[in-house]
Amino acid sequence: MTALSSPRNAISAAGARPASASKQRGDRRGWLYSAPAVVTMGVLLFGPLLAVMLFSLTDWQLGQEQFSFIGARNFQELFADTVFWKSLRNTFLYVLLVVPGTVILGLIVAVLLESSNELKGLYRTAHFIPVMAATSAMAIVWGTMLHPTIGLFNHILYGLGYSGVSWLRDEHTALLALVLIGIWQGFGYAMVLFIAGLKAIPQNLYDAAEIDGADSVMDRMRLVVLPMIGPVLMFVMVVTAVRAFSVFDTVRVLTAGGPNYSTDVLLYRLNTESFDYLRTGYGAALTVVFLGIVIAITLLQAKIMDRRVHYS
Amino acid sequence: MATIEILGIEKRYGDTSVLKNVSLSVEDGEFLTLVGPSGCGKSTLLRIIAGLEAPDAGALRIADRDVAKDRPKQRNVAMVFQSYALYPHLTVLDNIVMPLRMRRLTAAQRFPLLGRWMPGTRRIEREIRAEAEQVASILGVEPLLARKPGQLSGGQRQRVALGRAMVRQPAVFLMDEPLSNLDAKLRVQMRSEIMALHRQIGATFVYVTHDQAEAMTMSDRVAVMMEGELLQVAAPEQLYSDPDDLRVAEMIGSPQINAVPVHALNRQLCLAWQLSQDTAVAAFRPENAIITRPADAMLNGTVAVSEHLGADVFVHVRLDGDAGTIVIRTDRTSPRHTAGTAVGVSVEGRHVLRFDAKKKRCRPSQDHGALVA
Ligand SMILES: Nc1ncnc2c1ncn2[C@@H]1O[C@H](COP(=O)(O)OP(=O)(O)OP(=O)(O)O)[C@@H](O)[C@H]1O
Ligand SMILES: [Mg+2]
Repeated sequence: MTALSSPRNAISAAGARPASASKQRGDRRGWLYSAPAVVTMGVLLFGPLLAVMLFSLTDWQLGQEQFSFIGARNFQELFADTVFWKSLRNTFLYVLLVVPGTVILGLIVAVLLESSNELKGLYRTAHFIPVMAATSAMAIVWGTMLHPTIGLFNHILYGLGYSGVSWLRDEHTALLALVLIGIWQGFGYAMVLFIAGLKAIPQNLYDAAEIDGADSVMDRMRLVVLPMIGPVLMFVMVVTAVRAFSVFDTVRVLTAGGPNYSTDVLLYRLNTESFDYLRTGYGAALTVVFLGIVIAITLLQAKIMDRRVHYS
Repeated sequence: MATIEILGIEKRYGDTSVLKNVSLSVEDGEFLTLVGPSGCGKSTLLRIIAGLEAPDAGALRIADRDVAKDRPKQRNVAMVFQSYALYPHLTVLDNIVMPLRMRRLTAAQRFPLLGRWMPGTRRIEREIRAEAEQVASILGVEPLLARKPGQLSGGQRQRVALGRAMVRQPAVFLMDEPLSNLDAKLRVQMRSEIMALHRQIGATFVYVTHDQAEAMTMSDRVAVMMEGELLQVAAPEQLYSDPDDLRVAEMIGSPQINAVPVHALNRQLCLAWQLSQDTAVAAFRPENAIITRPADAMLNGTVAVSEHLGADVFVHVRLDGDAGTIVIRTDRTSPRHTAGTAVGVSVEGRHVLRFDAKKKRCRPSQDHGALVA
């Protein structure tokens, strides 16, 4: 039983044996026990990662039988491509708008729902629907609503006496429309997590804050709510950020990266290069860049998490 | 001057009535303890005084001012919670200064980052810090100021919670079972520290506990609550020797007072104890009963068990005629009573407390009325 937990425990269990022999034995046994996990992780996680990194150094095209190593040429080409930079900029802009939007909206709705009693269950479910619905189906609905002539949004604008906007066909509004859809899609998930976080705050802390004189909404937020849901907040931000970085379906269904690349994002670029132009090596280089960014966010989160939001 | 006057307070949660017509007045500088079994409404009453909960009916005055519409902030009360309720993300120092920060700094001065540059912020912050450090030194938590609550022991957390309450020198201290999360030894130590604190700052204290020993040792007066009603408010000695209600008599004192139903007593004993017509229960304290030979006594029974607790011995005696079991306190120098021995029990009439069928005390004026026929 002791040997199960780690190689080191196996050593101490061996006890009286000569030190080096038992250490070797223990090491081997430790590896043996962790083998299933190591192999699974290798095959499912590190294998594909390694493959992508290798591909990114080749000129392989999907379906071809031979390829050659071309060093960092894919990356050179990538970094010289203005469309890539544009898509990177669009992606970051999208993330920078969607994350705060989702978090703030989710938090506000969660606080409101928690402080009212009536129809709580109904509202909670209603707000969660966008999360469960298939994105591409919902994207079609949004496409209809944003349609320049028959769309609901423009009809509202007409009703108010304004002229209509070609939401998804205008360079200046297309990304913004996608951002709104992104927020709409994600805030229900954030809300559900926030509600769980809010429920875990002991009533006594609100009481103490009120006695101490923190009785406005803002004071209570700063002194009790935000610090107490810190870990949840961090988690929601990271999950939302990673999801926003991988935005793809709405772009694909609604704008196809246009007009004039104004909604071209990393994953859409990747998809186009790899599967429309069949440039697998180039697509792999894009994937490496994408993964680098996502891993960086996750690591950053782990670091902040440990330092700032766990208090004991 | 901070007196507290509570007049006819009612509180309901849905269909259950939690406080029933509670009236109580606490004097300036008094240490009053609310004691009662779990769920009797002690915390609810305390929260109503603090302003965390609104009563359904009744009036509340603090320092001769009607505070019914005041928020907790305006009532000049401090509260210490059972679970301490410290802010886990703030250091001990930041926890202690919070009430002062909230009161003395404007919202703009408290604004994150920018607030520090508002005129006056730094001076006020310095004053606040000095006061907090003084409080910390009184409580002996000065070396802990930079720590987070998660890095403190239970007793240290309790002291920090006290410090946060003390720092703004409130007129009224409300404490809701502040010691119940501590171990027995620390509890006794903190008990005397809180008493010393009370003497030192002279504020009015309302202290909630369900530990009768705490109530008896710490307070000027004890208010006994049960099922949302105040049964009696009196000094500890009086509560013990002169209870108004059988439930009070049963709650105060350990081992519990012996209550014998009158119908189980013979006529001779009723006369000797001068039981009046309306007496339903005769009660006496374990230390006021003496074990005698069976032949000499008017109350007879068999020893069920003897508990030896060092200096004291508690002898449990099962009374004849289905009158229940009573406990008699003797000391270890008296003869041993083994289980199964037949014994007599003798109690002087002046030690007997008489209660009617509603558990209320039959007072002497009635006692001298018609004797049991
Ligand atoms: N928010 C609430 N909603 C419904 N019932 C409540 C609420 N708060 C308290 N009660 C009920 O009111 C009664 C009194 O509660 P209270 O907390 O005042 O008891 P207490 O005397 O402090 O008990 P304890 O010694 O266990 O702390 C209990 O029966 C409790 O169930
Ligand atoms: Mg309570």
